[in-house]
Amino acid sequence: MAGMKGFYLGLAVIAVVGSGALWVTQRNAASTVPVGPIPMDAIAAARDFPGHVLGRDDAPVTVIEYADFQCPGCKMAWLLTVQDVKDRLVADGTVRFIFRDFPLDMHNNARPAHHAAACADEQGQFWAMHDQLFANQDGWSVTGAPERMFRDYAEGIGLDTERYDACMAEGRYRGRIQASYDSGVELGVSSTPTMIVGNSIYSSLTYDQLKGVVDSLIASTS
Amino acid sequence: MTHRMIAATLALIGFFVSLYLSLWKLGLMGMMACGTGSCERVQLSPYAYLFGIPVAFFGVVGYLAIFGVSILGLQPRFANERWVVAALIAVTGAGVAFTGYLSYLEAFIIDAWCRWCLISAALILGTFISSLFGLKTPATQRDAPATV
Repeated sequence: MAGMKGFYLGLAVIAVVGSGALWVTQRNAASTVPVGPIPMDAIAAARDFPGHVLGRDDAPVTVIEYADFQCPGCKMAWLLTVQDVKDRLVADGTVRFIFRDFPLDMHNNARPAHHAAACADEQGQFWAMHDQLFANQDGWSVTGAPERMFRDYAEGIGLDTERYDACMAEGRYRGRIQASYDSGVELGVSSTPTMIVGNSIYSSLTYDQLKGVVDSLIASTS
Repeated sequence: MTHRMIAATLALIGFFVSLYLSLWKLGLMGMMACGTGSCERVQLSPYAYLFGIPVAFFGVVGYLAIFGVSILGLQPRFANERWVVAALIAVTGAGVAFTGYLSYLEAFIIDAWCRWCLISAALILGTFISSLFGLKTPATQRDAPATV
């Protein structure tokens, strides 16, 4: 009988731990961005979205970056590569730079972050929010309620917060973010940051390496 | 009776795994905790539904049934009943077959793996194997009238 008592006690422990885990997970899920399944039609409707584009359409080289706002490697790429690409290669018309959403499942706050950037994009401020998210990554990536911090950034970059709040509450761009993620998977992207330059895919590039690839592409076509 | 204890324990764990996936499907669980797997890709695919019902709901019902029959089979009154052995093997066997079908979809159709589904697959296989141990119980013991 003692064995049975221990058995039932074990079941009770599993029941309590399981219920507790579900309760805590559900409680932490409270978010201004709707969560749960994304309608397939919302994803399909966003398949043609080309990403967030910087630079001239007729630039000789296109660089596509698949990144996750919560990924430390992407923050480093933003600091050491992307800023220089924007300031030099995009500015002189050599490169058209495209940012594509690739929020990894392992990063709990990544999708709300990408959604905040998409809502900023709606008001023409994607790149300002992009910079805020990477600059403050250490703070919001470890909090359970990052949306509060994202709203501060939205206010800081001058967004109409009423429109921003409505966009976040509606989860207006969840399908587009998923479509971007899916496009990366189709191309073979499995980690972030991933950069696609011409027809080649790179896991990460320093500015000098990227410049070398861009130069060789231009040389080969001229 | 140890095998029924194991079946009940695994079924209870499986119940919570299925319940988590079901509640996520209802949009109540936020982002799926999946590590490096492709849980959302699997769970958002058209194959995550059967007859219009999310497959995780079948898991909730199945694991509850296994848990219920196992606990019933542990009671002195039903401990030697043949139907308990048969019911456990039938329910867990159906679960293994269903899981096999889902794993096939993951491997060859969806081309992605969901970590929670793999955990559930291991659990249902465990319940099935432990249920098979019921067959090893001597017939005389199984047929003996229950006495207290």
